[in-house]
Amino acid sequence: MNTATQKIDRRSFLKAGAASTGGLLLGFYLPERNKLGAQAAAADSKLNAFVHIGSDDSVTLFLHKSEMGQGVVTSLSQLLAEELECDWKKIRIQFAPVDMAYGPLQGTFGSMSIRTSWDPLRKAGASAREMLVQAAAQKWGVDTSQCRAQNNEVVNTATNARLSYGSLADAAAKLPVPAKVALKDPKQFHLIGTSPKRLDTPGKVNGQAVFGIDAKVPGMLYAVVARCPVFGGKVASFDAAKAKTVPGVKQVLQISRGVAVVADNTWSAMEGRRALQVQFDEGPNANTSSASIRKTFMDMAEKPGAVARTQGDAAGALASAAKKIEAVYEVPYLSHAPMEPMNCAADVRADGCDVWTSTQIQTSAHGTAVKITGLPPQKVKIHTLYLGGGFGRRGGDDFVGEAVEISKAIGGPVKLTWSREDDMQHDLYRPASYTRFAGGLDAEGWPIAWTTRIACPPFGGMRNGVDFTGVQGVSDIQYGIPNIQIEYHAPEVGIPVTYWRSVGYSQNTFFAESFLDELAAAGGKDPFELRRRLLAKSPRYLAVLELAADKAGWSKPLPAGRFRGIAVVNNIGSFNAQVAEVSVTKGKLRVHRVVCAVDCGQVINPAIVEQQIQSGIVYGLSAALKGAITIDHGRVQQSNFHEYDVLRIDEMPVVEVHIVPSQSAPGGIGEASTPSVVPAVTNAVFAATGKRIRRLPIRPEDLV
Amino acid sequence: MAAIKFSLNGKTQTVDVVPQMPLLWVLRDTIGLTGTKFGCGMALCGACTVHLNGQPIRSCVTPISSVAGKNITTIEGLSADGSHPVQRAWIEEDVPQCGYCQSGQIMTAAALLNKAGNPTDADIDEALRGNICRCGTYQSIRRAVHLAAKYHAAGNGKPATRAAGGAE
Repeated sequence: MNTATQKIDRRSFLKAGAASTGGLLLGFYLPERNKLGAQAAAADSKLNAFVHIGSDDSVTLFLHKSEMGQGVVTSLSQLLAEELECDWKKIRIQFAPVDMAYGPLQGTFGSMSIRTSWDPLRKAGASAREMLVQAAAQKWGVDTSQCRAQNNEVVNTATNARLSYGSLADAAAKLPVPAKVALKDPKQFHLIGTSPKRLDTPGKVNGQAVFGIDAKVPGMLYAVVARCPVFGGKVASFDAAKAKTVPGVKQVLQISRGVAVVADNTWSAMEGRRALQVQFDEGPNANTSSASIRKTFMDMAEKPGAVARTQGDAAGALASAAKKIEAVYEVPYLSHAPMEPMNCAADVRADGCDVWTSTQIQTSAHGTAVKITGLPPQKVKIHTLYLGGGFGRRGGDDFVGEAVEISKAIGGPVKLTWSREDDMQHDLYRPASYTRFAGGLDAEGWPIAWTTRIACPPFGGMRNGVDFTGVQGVSDIQYGIPNIQIEYHAPEVGIPVTYWRSVGYSQNTFFAESFLDELAAAGGKDPFELRRRLLAKSPRYLAVLELAADKAGWSKPLPAGRFRGIAVVNNIGSFNAQVAEVSVTKGKLRVHRVVCAVDCGQVINPAIVEQQIQSGIVYGLSAALKGAITIDHGRVQQSNFHEYDVLRIDEMPVVEVHIVPSQSAPGGIGEASTPSVVPAVTNAVFAATGKRIRRLPIRPEDLV
Repeated sequence: MAAIKFSLNGKTQTVDVVPQMPLLWVLRDTIGLTGTKFGCGMALCGACTVHLNGQPIRSCVTPISSVAGKNITTIEGLSADGSHPVQRAWIEEDVPQCGYCQSGQIMTAAALLNKAGNPTDADIDEALRGNICRCGTYQSIRRAVHLAAKYHAAGNGKPATRAAGGAE
């Protein structure tokens, strides 16, 4: 196992955080963008990510990003190692502690890990290399021009003498950090752009990889929490008598989010919760239902909203259009349902607090623990473990807060585990949306007007009445349509919402790419050719569209019973187009094949890009074919995978990924493919059945 | 509570827990083997799959009492050194992403190989459709099972599960 995360004893964590073992310790500032895209503080403010070269020649990357499957353990190591000229086999990973040096918002979201680490981590590697070279030159009494770094050694090019990085680390650490380092020309890359095996694989096939839920703290107890099933409700009273008779149950106590049952194992805690009697005050949402939410959205969408984008005179162009098309699109709330349910281990003491968890946002977990414990921030340590999926859910800190509260109350270490039911019924959901479209065509069938009015609960940050996450995917369409008006309403209906893989694009790209297909059909145009024409001024869009169409054989006939649909998206700094091939037989939809062409700029690890495209497609297909969280009496009706099913292996289409070669700055990849697979499939369904899918998930009755 | 004895990864194990306690939580909390994962608690997702006398079972719904005298193999015991054909194939194909479901996937695949030495795609789908992967590694899993079958046939790996033997 290459990662240094398998042992979780408190002392080793604290020691590792302080990196007290000597050797070369460098800090590098990694600029991070906050949610609103503003640039973080200047690059010379604080030290940041750490490279540690041990006297044993090991190279440790203190990874400030969470590994949730997207491959940062490997791809960020590649960035560092490319410039450091270290031995790939000597790389170790330590998940970094929370430190202001990592920026004010330390976390992993928005498919930004590569984008924000591309320069700083290469510079980190180059600086370390320069210092090692200088240390060697001083030892040999030669000029640095006579020294070359390669494969964890510095070579004296005149004598062929060699010094290992490990032997140079102490001396190098005493040298000043170079003010400026030159980075390689991409032509010189030997690691970037290649696919070394993932560093995290060995530990993930033998049970050794430690996820948040696997945290072990000496003497810890195990907890579950009974929460009000209605959002916004609270505990009125509870009777713990029966719960306390369950073998293994130690304590029952109220916390701010419910009643905690603490036991000597997880199952006893769950059994104790089953026996617990709690009366809840269900609060203001007790009568909220999916139907009442939909009516709220519909009523709002009748009226003009805040303007997210306006260009030309959409109303005038619609009125004078030769043909007008109107449609309403809808999606439900969705749960993230990562395979690892929420969990957190916490140990609150008088002198400090340690938290072990699988979190996407370390600073958020830290802030929550500081607030609850009242301890000085430097006394609160967050230990990040592997994430069993994130998809946006683990940006929340609710599970951290619960664990810290329980530990504080019982005065000892505790591990809180959510059941799958807890996870599904107390998620922060992908918001539902109700969205009206209108489009106008000229006499030749070309689009001249496009209007959209979105009603979708906000969560990304309101500006001038518009939540950018609620409109992204529609407000930023690049189609060459002269008259466009996008409006937005922000309904507040009491259901907690947050980021879900690809955020607003997850629904809005389905809407926009479907509605464009409607315009193509109404105007008698081929859906691929219409997109090409309307994106003629956008070369990166065109390249992925044309590559996907070519590889999918768009212009060639399909076998009988097979039909195609196409869609394209530009999100997270990348472009991808997908062609889905489906059949619909007796009301049953089968997705056989998905061809994806992607331009994500400079590729770090092509195998991981392909994995992420496949992954995002499966996530999107689960939403298109199956996913719906519905509300009745203020509570989620689905409880587990039998009521919220996801794509399984026997439904997996063949996915082909084609990467457009590019030397543009790297784009994101983790969320790239989720939006576009959905309309590619529903547009293929239209080709197959003549039925336009305007709500998800696709239901059998929508197919016949 | 009564002491329950069974064979765990080839060694005799005795636990003193309530008889209804699922094997999953005995493994994870009582014994401390956390490679077997909790995903749903209702045998819906496959993350907790282990072998009982060589057969794949969902440990989250298996009371510890029903395991008495039987042989349990977990991901930690599939091989001593990651050399089981399925583990080698998983590494070669770089199957895991987040990795959380992979213990269950691997245990199910290992049991499939014991039953069908050279499974078809349909066999793989049938055997593994109960194992959810939210990262969507299904295409890699199919490839890796085929590769594992080759390793298995070539005799390059160890037996796909431990030989049956009493817990005594």
